Amino acid sequence: MIVKLDNIFKTYGESGSEISVPALNDVSLSVAQGEYVAIMGPSGSGKSTLMNVIGCLDKPSSGSYFFENQDVLKLKDKQLSDLRLHSIGFVFQSFYLMNEETALENVALPLSYAGVPKKEREKRAAEALTKVGLAERIKFRPDQLSGGQKQRVAIARAIVNNPRVLLADEPTGALDQKSGAAIMELFQKLNDEGTTIIMITHDSNIASHAKKSYLIVDGKLLEGPSGQEVDE
Amino acid sequence: MFENLRLAFRGIWTHKLRSFLTMLGIIIGIAAIIAIVSTIEGTNQQIKENLIGSGSNAVDIAIFQGEWEYEFEWSGIPEGVSVISDETIKEIKDLKEVKNVSRYNKRNVFGNVFYKDKNLTTGFIKGVEPDYFETANFSALKGRLFTKDDEKKFRRVCVVDESIMEELFNNENPIGEIIEVDDTPYTIVGVVASRSTFEPVINTIEDYALYHQDDSGTIYIPHADWAISYCFDEPENIMVQAKSTDDMTAAGKKATDILNKKIHPEDETLEYKSKDLLEQAMKLQQLTKSTNSMLIWIAAISLLVGGIGVMNIMLVSVTERTSEIGLKKAIGARKSKVMWQFLTEAAVLTSLGGFLGVASGIGLARIISIVAGTPVAISWPAAIVAVIFSTVIGVVFGIIPSHQAANLNPIDALRSN
Ligand SMILES: Nc1ncnc2c1ncn2[C@@H]1O[C@H](COP(=O)(O)OP(=O)(O)O)[C@@H](O)[C@H]1O
Ligand SMILES: [Mg+2]
Repeated sequence: MIVKLDNIFKTYGESGSEISVPALNDVSLSVAQGEYVAIMGPSGSGKSTLMNVIGCLDKPSSGSYFFENQDVLKLKDKQLSDLRLHSIGFVFQSFYLMNEETALENVALPLSYAGVPKKEREKRAAEALTKVGLAERIKFRPDQLSGGQKQRVAIARAIVNNPRVLLADEPTGALDQKSGAAIMELFQKLNDEGTTIIMITHDSNIASHAKKSYLIVDGKLLEGPSGQEVDE
Repeated sequence: MFENLRLAFRGIWTHKLRSFLTMLGIIIGIAAIIAIVSTIEGTNQQIKENLIGSGSNAVDIAIFQGEWEYEFEWSGIPEGVSVISDETIKEIKDLKEVKNVSRYNKRNVFGNVFYKDKNLTTGFIKGVEPDYFETANFSALKGRLFTKDDEKKFRRVCVVDESIMEELFNNENPIGEIIEVDDTPYTIVGVVASRSTFEPVINTIEDYALYHQDDSGTIYIPHADWAISYCFDEPENIMVQAKSTDDMTAAGKKATDILNKKIHPEDETLEYKSKDLLEQAMKLQQLTKSTNSMLIWIAAISLLVGGIGVMNIMLVSVTERTSEIGLKKAIGARKSKVMWQFLTEAAVLTSLGGFLGVASGIGLARIISIVAGTPVAISWPAAIVAVIFSTVIGVVFGIIPSHQAANLNPIDALRSN
């Protein structure tokens, strides 16, 4: 198992107080190497919270989490940064690209954190952009790109360090259907090449691209049959 | 590091106006410091140059009554002060700082000097030994100076300076003309060139008092003739020539001490004092330094304010770029990385301010020099220190914003979008 969550609870605010919000309620989830998993659920059900926990951005209130047999909850801030840098790729609904930088510079950013020399950075960033079909756009800045192209730049940035797991939170949420479909095609290709993908969405059509899907409702994770439609 | 610098410059360039306004405090502070330091340096160099340039290294030692030079024409011969003996002169000459020493008498002119029917209103009459001119580094402009023979034979000859030549002779050649000094006729044998005079910048009354030792308008007669026109037992002043400019102060002090040991005046306010140009120059430097140190403080406060401005803008920038910082942290940037990025940006911002400050400071110094006529010497060490100092300001005032950026929670940061 590459990701192994057991009995995860996450409560925002002080537990027991009036403002406390239980976002994850006894969630257990195991994802094996090479899997393609979708997590669906209505808005506010805890999808992003779960993704933040899986992505080592947030700590659960209780439970255990192992990433490639490492006890994530025992790692220090620096080690968590390095884990995110080398083993996890992030794709967000709103891209988070730096507008003053070219596509190439955006994609090369994680490589600079990994201490890759400039020449090598540019070479690998260009390769990643080629992989997502933007070989012609490497010198473009985000405001010169369409939404779908921006998301593909973000995906190139997520995969440039060859992560084990790609985490995507509503990757098509801001895109039209056609661009969304192109992203799904790209995910399929990456998964075929061996990247483990965990994708969060509230769109069952999108979720149907995954090989396995889960449903999360009010912080509880329910196993859903693969490819089955889930109503919101 | 290089990547951080690139990002910093890009950030500054993206917000050109804001960056410039942020830098303004630093620019003004550094510019003020550079301008002040350049002006001080310029004045100091000029003082030194003038002293060395005059080449005389001469220290004038005179009898003072309290704060003022003793005036023989009004007060007569003081009790307990005798003429300077040859032994005393030898003792002074043997000082290791002293090259030469020469005695002279001196009185003020008060309507007692005539050329034909022209009356000299102000000036000095000095009775000098033959080596006086050499000791004081005066040279003949016209005619000749005194010889041992003039002294031995009590010749009624005199030497005048350029200012007398102008005043009594309308700049016509005065050689051979006869002037009357206290009813005694003297034949003019030479004109001395005035020493290239030290012209300090006079800003205050104190400066004026320090520098007002105008020698112009002097008539020189042989020392031996002094008794003819005045008194034979009138105590002399001395002119001491130091071996080097740096020896002037010591030579003046030691010679003064020797002279003061020999006299036992009834009036205890009477004493020999040296009119040491170097010492006075140093006093002036001290004076300019103390007024300027105040200005330096003001500039330092402006730098402090500038630093706070930088901190303020950096805090705003951190808030604005929350999602950028959050993303960077999410995709694997360590805290220290984010910290360094912001510190670099702050340091680049203030260093740039420092550079611009140095440039405008130099410009400002030049303008001051043109307007106020003060000399300017650009001090490159000061410029380098100023730029380094402004970099340090950036780092110091960048710490809090950078720390804030580094400790942003990426989840909060990403959700804020
Ligand atoms: N930082 C937070 N503080 C308080 N409540 C939060 C916070 N983040 C999320 N929540 C709450 O937790 C629940 C789950 O949120 P989230 O995981 O973002 O849902 P989803 O991504 O499925 O829309 C929601 O009720 C949300 O309001
Ligand atoms: Mg969400």
